[in-house]
Amino acid sequence: MVNQQAALLRPETLLEEFKRIGITHIVTIPDSETNYLYELMIEQDWLTVVPASREGETFAIALGLSVGGKVPVCLIQNTGMMESGDSIRGMALDAGFPLLMVVGYRGWNRHGVVTDTAAKYTEPFLNAMGVNYYLVEQDEDAERISIAYEEAKRNKRPVAILVGDEYHGFNR
Amino acid sequence: MIQADDMFKAFESHREDSVVIVTGTGGKHWADHTTKQNRDLNMGGAMGHTTSAALGLALGLPDEKVVLFDSEGALLMNLGIIATIAGQKPKNFLHLLMDNECYATTGGQPVPNSQDINYAGMAKEAGYTAAYSFDNIEDFTTNIGNIMKEEGPVFVAMKMVPEVENEPIGNRPRRVTRSRAETITALRSELGIS
Repeated sequence: MVNQQAALLRPETLLEEFKRIGITHIVTIPDSETNYLYELMIEQDWLTVVPASREGETFAIALGLSVGGKVPVCLIQNTGMMESGDSIRGMALDAGFPLLMVVGYRGWNRHGVVTDTAAKYTEPFLNAMGVNYYLVEQDEDAERISIAYEEAKRNKRPVAILVGDEYHGFNR
Repeated sequence: MIQADDMFKAFESHREDSVVIVTGTGGKHWADHTTKQNRDLNMGGAMGHTTSAALGLALGLPDEKVVLFDSEGALLMNLGIIATIAGQKPKNFLHLLMDNECYATTGGQPVPNSQDINYAGMAKEAGYTAAYSFDNIEDFTTNIGNIMKEEGPVFVAMKMVPEVENEPIGNRPRRVTRSRAETITALRSELGIS
């Protein structure tokens, strides 16, 4: 039996939230959880997608964009986020600017046992870095994106959205 | 081989209003030549990622010329960024590489394949608009004016005289430098960004 979540998280929902809070740039490396979102994003004339070569780049590119007055999001997977530790430290946390990290939660599972170490270490990693996070797994959770961004603005720190949608929605 | 002090002196007369970011041990000499401190940005913080931050700045400020003086040790830590930059094609971006063939700040150990690697070749093949290599100050001085006028992203590799530091960090003389936050605040104020 396939272990599925109760409701869909539509890529359009994330995109609507990004537009509502004034995001201008998505700095990203596509992953298996967010492919359809990528396709939608590149069609939007109000949004610029900046593909990076490695996840650590995304936080530094976001810092540069922020200095220039733009409002970036880093859209990456949890595996790449963990590879980016020093960049998150030096280019996001130490720089002190509001940043939304949208992180594909590979291996996350609402039911049963988590076997993927990518999921096992994701929240401990964020806790170690002192980055607060919100789980978004269905459309009803979408307002957490705005809540997270308001928190990022208030505290001038990165805040993460963990996208727990492994089974449908993001890949249509 | 080029002395960083000579190179920055030659560059300054062509700087105009560009936003300048420097890295590496040689980068400290820029402070002796700049006349527009409010347009000098410190984007250090994670080795290998100043390049990425400079790209972000160029994308965020498309009407400003952004000039990065990078170092080869840092670039090697995140070499994929040259593909990212080439993919974004920022017309306002000039990427200069100060290649002293070593990690000067840790005692002068050579970087991988230090003498035979072709950084300009890699940048050009990655998709930069143009790429140049200089190993003497005369050629650099002759060409930098025209290079500054070219549409980016343009890459310039320069063979630099290493300024190796062997003293323990705590014993090294400290230069007074502005913090990253100070330079960001000054630049944003200069450009009217709230």
